[in-house]
Amino acid sequence: MTDEARVPAFRRGVKFRFDTVRDAWIVLAPERLFLPDAPAVEVLKLVDGARSLGAIVDDLCTRFDAPRAVVLADVAAMTADLAEKGVLSW
Amino acid sequence: MVTTPDIAALERPAGLPAADPPLGMLLELTHRCPLQCPYCSNPLHLERAGEELGTAIWESVLDQAAALGVLQVHFSGGEPMARGDLSLLVRRAARLGLYSNLITSAVLLNEAALGVLAEAGLDHVQISFQDAEQAGADRIGNYAGGHAKKLAAAHLVRAAGLALTLNFVVHRHNIARVPEMIAMGEAFGAGRIEIANVQYYGWGLLNRAALLPTRAQLEACTEAVFAARERLRGQMVIDYVVPDYYASEPKGCMGGWARRFMNISPAGRALPCHAAETLPGFDWPSVRAQSLADIWYGSEAFNRYRGTAWMPEPCRSCERREIDWGGCRCQAHALTGDAGRTDPACELSPDHALMAEAAREAEQAAPEFVYRRIGGNVG
Repeated sequence: MTDEARVPAFRRGVKFRFDTVRDAWIVLAPERLFLPDAPAVEVLKLVDGARSLGAIVDDLCTRFDAPRAVVLADVAAMTADLAEKGVLSW
Repeated sequence: MVTTPDIAALERPAGLPAADPPLGMLLELTHRCPLQCPYCSNPLHLERAGEELGTAIWESVLDQAAALGVLQVHFSGGEPMARGDLSLLVRRAARLGLYSNLITSAVLLNEAALGVLAEAGLDHVQISFQDAEQAGADRIGNYAGGHAKKLAAAHLVRAAGLALTLNFVVHRHNIARVPEMIAMGEAFGAGRIEIANVQYYGWGLLNRAALLPTRAQLEACTEAVFAARERLRGQMVIDYVVPDYYASEPKGCMGGWARRFMNISPAGRALPCHAAETLPGFDWPSVRAQSLADIWYGSEAFNRYRGTAWMPEPCRSCERREIDWGGCRCQAHALTGDAGRTDPACELSPDHALMAEAAREAEQAAPEFVYRRIGGNVG
């Protein structure tokens, strides 16, 4: 179902950065901003327009103790959600 | 997993009163503009070039904004490209990590000017269009040839690789062409478009009888927007703003008074929204005299309608009081003469009948526009 070869990337005009005033990671987009939760931050740190979905999942699996199928499903759902919000393309 | 921020959940700087840092700031660099749109959001009394802040003060405002917690800055006007120092300010914002947005009519935007702005670190360009077709567009802006210049500019923005939003302000003369406006956004590959009904304060209120659509027009528009949103999901974001005159609940204007946003006028007055100067009885703080932090946290003007303590009934006990924040103070003042009343857009407001009364204007023949001009004989 999920194509692990797809490569998520931040869309034009979207920035992901750490805000020292609020001590939080923030996604900035045209007339919008989003506060990703801790798992989403870990995923977004790996989005660079080069890594595939599968590679992102592999990386997360080396650091977090969870079955790969579960991580894949979570990351795919999050990526689809962010694509719908106009944050990511993939 | 990713949500719009719940600001209340974020920590406040120690020792400061009960407000969170602002998220966004609108910098109205100038009120000068080649266009004369009769719904301009600038105040009726436009500030002249000689009153405008200089580059150094705007740079200081940007520095203070970033330190205060502002994340996004919107360079606006008037026409911000009328300022020769725009690229310097964009560069300053980029260096501070601020997300920069240019809100422009685009009639002064050529390849060289755009190149300088892109190089300076501009993130996003929002171009206003007055209609989907030339004659109607040029009539609204009272600027012959404007529409063609805007189309050319939108192509340049895309070619430069910058994020593009097309903004359409809609009213009775162009609202039927909302499907064509959305098609324009698709044709340009815009990531976002805004279909924003005129908001009736200042110039818009002055021209309300000429601009307010009928309920039937609005319903057709809403249907077109919702269908397009469904069709373009994941491809183009469509933001939609309705006029309050046919609403039963008020909008959460600005996300609440002085809760997320501040506006700086060309002369340096700090306001909780761009229409706030329509409210009498305020001593608006100036960035020439006070720090942004003092203005945001400490000024009487920013604290007057902040939160819920100021609210009258029916707002005070309403379960939506932290959703719509009592609606719009400027609309309450414009329609009832009292900025501290419940927004008449709410069906629970004792003044709600005023909205239906005004909406009857939309069924009458439209009067001539009063165009927006500096030093015009209004107000």
